[in-house]
Amino acid sequence: MTAKPHLDGAHARRLLGQMIRIRLFEEKCAELYTRGKIRGFLHLYIGEEANAVGVMEALTADDSVVSTYREHGHALARGIAMGPLMAEMYGKANGTSGGRGGSMHVFDRATRFYGGNAIVGGGLPLSVGLGLAERMRSGRGAAVCLFGEGAVAEGEFHESLNLAALWKLPVLFVCENNLYAMGSAIERTESETDIHRKAEAYRIASQRVDGMDVVAVEAATRAALEHLRAGEGPQFLECRTYRFRAHSMFDAQLYRDKSEVERWKERDPIKRFADWSVAARLLHKTDIADLEKAAAVEVDQAVAFAEAGDWESVADLGKFVLMDKVPA
Amino acid sequence: MTAAPLKITYREAVKQAIREALARDPRVFLMGEDIGRYGGCYAVTKGLLQEFGEERIRDTPLSESAFVGAGIGAAMAGLRPIVEVMTVNFSLLALDQIVNNAATIPHMSGGQFAVPLVIRMATGAGRQLAAQHSHSLEGWYAHIPGLKILAPATLEDARGMLWSALQDPNPVLIFEHVNLYNMEGELPSDAGAVPIEGAALRRQGRDLSIVTYGASLHKALAAAKQLAGQGIEAEVIDLRCLRPLDDATITASIARTRRALIVDEGWRSGGISAEIGMRIAEQSFYDLDAPPMRLCGAEVPIPYPKHLEDAAIPQIETIISAATSLVRPS
Repeated sequence: MTAKPHLDGAHARRLLGQMIRIRLFEEKCAELYTRGKIRGFLHLYIGEEANAVGVMEALTADDSVVSTYREHGHALARGIAMGPLMAEMYGKANGTSGGRGGSMHVFDRATRFYGGNAIVGGGLPLSVGLGLAERMRSGRGAAVCLFGEGAVAEGEFHESLNLAALWKLPVLFVCENNLYAMGSAIERTESETDIHRKAEAYRIASQRVDGMDVVAVEAATRAALEHLRAGEGPQFLECRTYRFRAHSMFDAQLYRDKSEVERWKERDPIKRFADWSVAARLLHKTDIADLEKAAAVEVDQAVAFAEAGDWESVADLGKFVLMDKVPA
Repeated sequence: MTAAPLKITYREAVKQAIREALARDPRVFLMGEDIGRYGGCYAVTKGLLQEFGEERIRDTPLSESAFVGAGIGAAMAGLRPIVEVMTVNFSLLALDQIVNNAATIPHMSGGQFAVPLVIRMATGAGRQLAAQHSHSLEGWYAHIPGLKILAPATLEDARGMLWSALQDPNPVLIFEHVNLYNMEGELPSDAGAVPIEGAALRRQGRDLSIVTYGASLHKALAAAKQLAGQGIEAEVIDLRCLRPLDDATITASIARTRRALIVDEGWRSGGISAEIGMRIAEQSFYDLDAPPMRLCGAEVPIPYPKHLEDAAIPQIETIISAATSLVRPS
């Protein structure tokens, strides 16, 4: 693990706390799924928390985020409150999208969170447009687009990288490479498995990052954003990571060995960073227990918030199919 | 007071509309393939690059999905993009963005985000461009909730629909029929915005209602003129907007004429003509003196040779023949 000189106790506590919040939130989601409280598709991020937390830690309120259907971690790390997020999982009216989208479609105007997009690759063109808007208004913000390595096989990936690079737009592309597009191993779908090299082909500055190391992800994101804000055009991060759980709740995981999963679990980003923080005397063991306790309380409160929420009236089914006005 | 009329083409009317939008609203910009240096595949945007510069007249790579999606993102972020797609056939490369993003995000996000985007594209047959440049798929798009679908058939609508579409908080697709670009006529020099809802009665008559849109409107009007010589007075409805459909204008017309002929270049099976026909059945059944009739594009990919292309879509003669058989069954 690379030690970063600026890392103090408060910073370490924040990074670890965010990762723990995401982990406990999702473990609760899995439980609620088996109890039938959450339905549809549920894609857990467990094992990949360092990416969301490292990236979001480096962003400002001016930046916008485009995400995928595996976005609970991105949403929490971006600052979306856990209660409305859980209510969205339930499909309740007090959810982030009023319950309309569910697990795969979290949107939040206040934090410029432009949605969980459930079409693989579908969010990339949007992020190019967000970057274009930022540029045309001479804004300081970046459009940050998160996607998995499965999206790299889509035409929209190539079209979007080319256009962003051609127009030198402030877009940070973050590929969370967890090695499997659903059940397809990267070796079975990509002729070039070094994803960051594809970005280089579009003349986009590109780095490969250890996506199990929250500090490395944060540092790489900060460096990329510095270049981006200096007007150097789009940047690309390939975060090598791994999902510990199934693709969705319907996945029997016949495509990978248990031993492989166990090997990756040894690099659990939460345990790893917690141990390192204690060893580096940034955190005390009791700090970690406190963070876990606080997160557990927050999760319970989020569940209570979701449980207490109302179902949207069926009379409103057609509301927002067409908008009356552009929201201010 | 109406200003003195000017002689103008449909192409020039669309261009004036775009120029006015760029001048009036700094959030408006244009992007698409070959719209700048080349001047537009159908020369609609010729000269705009020189007038407004590279920032607002953006030539794009041949990446329909990326630049349509970028238009959606820019619209969500507060700009007012006009995206030009060369032909409706090419728009299929951007179908994911149009159908999965533009049409869903306002509803799916619980109304947090609007997509105030305008996409213009050419549609239709008649230029011998064969099966990958000549189809009429606007009826397909009219199937999608969340979109508004316009088909300006007149100079007034070509000039006036764009500004209204840009004021609309929803994604609006404008279909310009390729055979209309050279159409010439008169337009008041101060012509401006027109509403983008509601059909228009382009001709009054007592014997049948011809329901149509786009380039077929002019064939229907020519047919109506000839039919009048035979004593058949056709009412001609220009739908203007395929989604939402203006049922009231259609049913009111049928209540007068008691007969309906739908003319559509698109294919019959599952087409917009089927939708209109069913709505007539649902709402005007007891007003009808004859079953509603349809004249549609032949169910073939549009062929290249002129005689086959002509045979594949409704023509003045086939409209006359259909109308006559509807009003005076043998």
